[in-house]
Amino acid sequence: MSTEVQPRTGPAWDRSAEEKAALRRAGDWARRAPLLPALIFLIIVTQLPFVITLVISFMNWNAYYPDERGFTGFDNYRRVLTDVNTRDSIITTIQLTVSVVLVSLVLGLLIALLLDRAFRGRGVVRTMMITPFLVVPVAAALVWKHALYNPEYGLFNGVLTWIFGENAPQPDWISTMPLTAIVVSLVWQWTPFMMLIILAGLQSKPLDVIEAARIDGCSSWQIFRHMTLPHLRQYLELGALLGSIYIVQNFDAVFTITSGGLGTANLPYTIYQTFYNAQDYGRASAAGVVVVIGTIVIATFALRTVSSLFREEGAR
Amino acid sequence: MTTTLEAPPRTAPPAASASRPNRTGTLLSVLAWLVGILFIVPVLWMLLTSFHSEADAATNPPSLFAPLTLDGYANFFGAQTGASPWPPLLNSLTASVLSTALVLLLSIPAAYALSIRPVRKWTDVLFFFLSTKMLPVVAGLLPVYLIAQGIGMLDNIWLLIILYTSMNLPIAVWMMRSFLAEVPVEVLEAASIDGCNLTRTLRTVVAPMVLPGIAATSLICFIFSWNELLFARVLTATVAQTAPVFLTGFVTSQGLFLATVCAASVVVSLPVLIAGFAAQDKLVQGLSLGAIK
Repeated sequence: MSTEVQPRTGPAWDRSAEEKAALRRAGDWARRAPLLPALIFLIIVTQLPFVITLVISFMNWNAYYPDERGFTGFDNYRRVLTDVNTRDSIITTIQLTVSVVLVSLVLGLLIALLLDRAFRGRGVVRTMMITPFLVVPVAAALVWKHALYNPEYGLFNGVLTWIFGENAPQPDWISTMPLTAIVVSLVWQWTPFMMLIILAGLQSKPLDVIEAARIDGCSSWQIFRHMTLPHLRQYLELGALLGSIYIVQNFDAVFTITSGGLGTANLPYTIYQTFYNAQDYGRASAAGVVVVIGTIVIATFALRTVSSLFREEGAR
Repeated sequence: MTTTLEAPPRTAPPAASASRPNRTGTLLSVLAWLVGILFIVPVLWMLLTSFHSEADAATNPPSLFAPLTLDGYANFFGAQTGASPWPPLLNSLTASVLSTALVLLLSIPAAYALSIRPVRKWTDVLFFFLSTKMLPVVAGLLPVYLIAQGIGMLDNIWLLIILYTSMNLPIAVWMMRSFLAEVPVEVLEAASIDGCNLTRTLRTVVAPMVLPGIAATSLICFIFSWNELLFARVLTATVAQTAPVFLTGFVTSQGLFLATVCAASVVVSLPVLIAGFAAQDKLVQGLSLGAIK
């Protein structure tokens, strides 16, 4: 911090413009000071590694072949983008993210509407709904894999036996529909998140306007379609975008339920494997950069949504 | 979010249609209960199975009324799995608590500089914080690994503490900013007129008002650190292994120890469940980065 500022050199009315500027600068630094530790920490821990990733992505660097290390230009990117596995994992990532976000958003909306009414035991139902979100992701994935999906003694096939008796169909859920199995478990974990955000939106809707519309003879559907839904739009957007940010990066469920097998390897899992098992640092980095570029596209929308919510808060 | 929205008082409905809205209402309430039960069934099933013997856990159809036992928990805590889960659980606790403390230490002053006496261009700074949260962790994993390897920090709990701090710092800054922004300007002005200096104002006026916010922020940071798997799996081995990594030891087990797997899941999830229920009211504000009140 600059300490050369000497504001007490003359009467206040005599201060030169230069001195005033110096004073203001000192004030600015005093304001910035509390911010700097967090900012510097975050730049060092999050931005620096990414710059290194960027550098490594242009290098031929496999830990198994240390002698062949050197720069190769866009080689890694070409290999990443032409590699069938990577392309598959890009598609898987999109399928996984879009389906989990859409399904959990729609379910979250419906359940939030159910929970927005006053009824006996509403608090209990709300707590039951939130619980899936609070189970540690690896633990949740383990329970889905072993206690629910398992073809021999999982709960799902057990229920089928209860209903249809001895000859009940006993599908092997994870082998026959691996991606759906992951999607269902993630929808179960993320619907509560969507519900919480939408419920917050519902509880902030202007009740007096809606009451006025009701008196004017609007039907419940009209009120929902033309008043509630537009009011919820930004909450839905926020839920979708925050959900996307987390689910694009999902590792726990893919790793636990299928270990990336049966066509369920998404980009985070593929990068993890390229780096951890194949030790191909250059290619893993290039794939990482590709993910970042993809994320920036989503993030741009996300930031815009959040900033619109933010402006609204500022206007209040 | 404990505000219960009472249905607006209705004028007396015409006698003919009196029973219909009630019936629909009852139906919707029953539906809400059914959905809630549906969502909690996997958790209840995990809980029930964790109290069954291995033989009773692995039956088809499931044995709902099998005798309850603590064998699953006994197995988890070392009798059969070989390794004790205590070191991983303690590592998770250390990493979560210390990183949460660090996050608070860094985020509260930063949030102050972004709300009560804001720096210029404070919105840009705020969005910079958020943008780091959108950077996929996999993209930074390799350099972190290489740096840690270079300076001998692999399998060291402090490495995780630093990473978890950076992971949660943006969320905490956003949350704390929204809590600090709720302190009315008039209150601060009144304090300064009464002759309070800055430190005293912060301590006696601001701190009590934002204390619930600090608690909520801490709980959410704790939850995220406790849950983290990818960093912990790549950067720790035996010494600094965390509870989620310990759980991955059960990934390949073909359900031979189903009750143990369930007991393990219950034990590891318990701290988060407790923290989550405690922070329920503020959970949504934290998860939406304070964008929603």
